[in-house]
Amino acid sequence: MQTIDMATTDLRSLNAMLQGQPQDTNETAWEVLNPRGAHALAVGLDAPIAVTVRGSTGYYCAGMNKQASVTVTGSAGPGVAENMMSGTVVIDGDASQYAGATGHGGLLVVKGNASSRCGISMKGIDIVVHGNVGHMSAFMAQKGNLVVLGDAGDALGDSLYEARLFVRGSVKSLGADCVEKEMRPEHLTLLAELLDRAGADARPEEFRRYGSARQLYHFKVDNASAY
Amino acid sequence: MCGIVGLFLKTETLRPRLGGLLTDMLITMTDRGPDSAGIAVYGAPQDHKLTVQSDTPDTVFPALEHWLQEQDATITLRRLDTHAVVSLPAERAGAIRAALAGDFPGLRVMGSGKAMEIFKEVGLPRDVADRFGLREMAGSHGIGHTRMATESAVTTDGAHPFSTGPDQCLVHNGSLSNHNGLRRTLAREGITVSSQNDSEVAAAYLTWKMREGANLGQALEAGLSDLDGFYTFVVGTETGFGVLRDPVACKPAVLAETEDYVAFGSEYRALVDLPGIDTARVWEPEPATVYFWER
Repeated sequence: MQTIDMATTDLRSLNAMLQGQPQDTNETAWEVLNPRGAHALAVGLDAPIAVTVRGSTGYYCAGMNKQASVTVTGSAGPGVAENMMSGTVVIDGDASQYAGATGHGGLLVVKGNASSRCGISMKGIDIVVHGNVGHMSAFMAQKGNLVVLGDAGDALGDSLYEARLFVRGSVKSLGADCVEKEMRPEHLTLLAELLDRAGADARPEEFRRYGSARQLYHFKVDNASAY
Repeated sequence: MCGIVGLFLKTETLRPRLGGLLTDMLITMTDRGPDSAGIAVYGAPQDHKLTVQSDTPDTVFPALEHWLQEQDATITLRRLDTHAVVSLPAERAGAIRAALAGDFPGLRVMGSGKAMEIFKEVGLPRDVADRFGLREMAGSHGIGHTRMATESAVTTDGAHPFSTGPDQCLVHNGSLSNHNGLRRTLAREGITVSSQNDSEVAAAYLTWKMREGANLGQALEAGLSDLDGFYTFVVGTETGFGVLRDPVACKPAVLAETEDYVAFGSEYRALVDLPGIDTARVWEPEPATVYFWER
C-alpha cells in the first residue's frame, strides 16, 4: 500500500504518480490522505490500481477514469467520475451535481445521495445511487443504466435516448419523452447484477423502469410544443 | 463564478475567533473570485453604527471625525484602511446621514445598524482581509464574498456584501436577468439601489419585503417567484442567517452544521479548517428551498 499525504504532496505530483502507473504495476493499492476538498483528484487514471481517498473531494474527482478503482470515503463535489470510460468509482458519502456525466463505461456507486443532473448525457456508464437523485437526472442520457434506490427529483430522464432508468422510490416528475416501461425478465436480471456489483441491499422487483418514448429523436411538427 | 462563505455561531465560545475563521474561508475561495472581496461582520451591538468608505481616507476621515465631534461629542470614529465605523446615538443617525451626504459628497455609506459592519474593496481576498484586519474581528455571525465580476464593473461599489437596510446584507453567486425591471419597482416603493449591480437589487428586494413585515425566511420565499436568474444567496440580519438557491441550482453550495455553528461555503474546501468539521452534518442545500437560522 502506497500512502500519499496531500498535506506534504501537491495535487499535480499525486496525479502524475497515479497516472504514471503502467499496466503491470506492482503498486496496485494506493491511499490518499488529507484531500481537503481538492479539485481534480485522481483524474485520468489508466491502470488497474485501487485508490482510496480518505476524506471529501472537490470538483471532478476520478474524471476520465479507465480501469482504476477509486473510492472516496467522504463526499464528492460536482462532476465526480465525469466521462469515465471503465473501472469503478465508489463514493461513501454524497455526490454533488452531475455525477457520472457523459460517462462511457464503468460503474459509479454513490452510497449517499446524488444531487441534480446525475448521469446527465451518460453514454454507457452504469450508475447506482443508494439514496436519492436530484432534478434533471439522466438528462439526454444515451446509453447505460441509472439505478436509484431512493427517490428521483423533477424531470427525470428529460429528452432521454436509450439509457435505462430504474427507480425504487418515488419520481417527482418525468421529463419530456420519458415514460414508465414494463419491467421484463431481462431487466430484472440486469438490475440484480447491477445491485450486486454496487453492494446494494434491494430486490429488483421493488423497482420501476423508465425509458424513452422515442418521440423526440427526430423533429416532428406535432411535437413542437414539447420542445 | 464568485465564492461565498458564511458562519453563524450558535454558541458564545467561537465568537472571538469569528474573524479568523471567516478570513481563512474567504482566502480559500480566492480561485472563485479574485477581483474584489468583502465581509459583513455582526459584532458587539451598539446603539447605532455606520460603516463608511472613502477613496481618499487620509484627508477625508480626519475631517469627518472633526465634523462628527462638532455634531455630538459622544460620536466616535474607528478607521480601518479605506473604511471607518462611526458609532453614534440611533436618534441622531438619520439627521447625520442626511448632513453627511451634503458635506462629504465622496463618502460612501456601506451599511448601518446595531451590530453589522461591512468592509469591501477591490483586490485579492488575502490583501483585502489584511487591510481591514479581518482576522482580529469578533462577532456572532458574518458573511463574505470573493467576486469574479460579470454584471457590473470591478469597483468598490460592485463588491459584495450589499447592504440596503439596517443590519441586513446579502452576497450572491450568479446573475439576475430581471434586475432592471425590479429596480424600477423598488424605486416606486422608495427603496434606493445605489449601484448598477444586479446583486444589490436582490438585497434591496429583500429589504423591501422585510419592511412590508416579512421575516427573512418569508422574504427569501417571495424571492423565489420574483427574482429571475441564477443565484445562490447568503443573507445576514441582526439575528438571522439565510441561504437560498434558485430552482436550477447550477451555483454550488455546501452547508455544515454542528452544535456550535452553521457554516456555508461555495465549496467544501472553504469549510475544511472549521473546528469539528469532521463530525459536522455536511450537506448540499436543496434547490428552491429556504434555509434560515434565527437567534
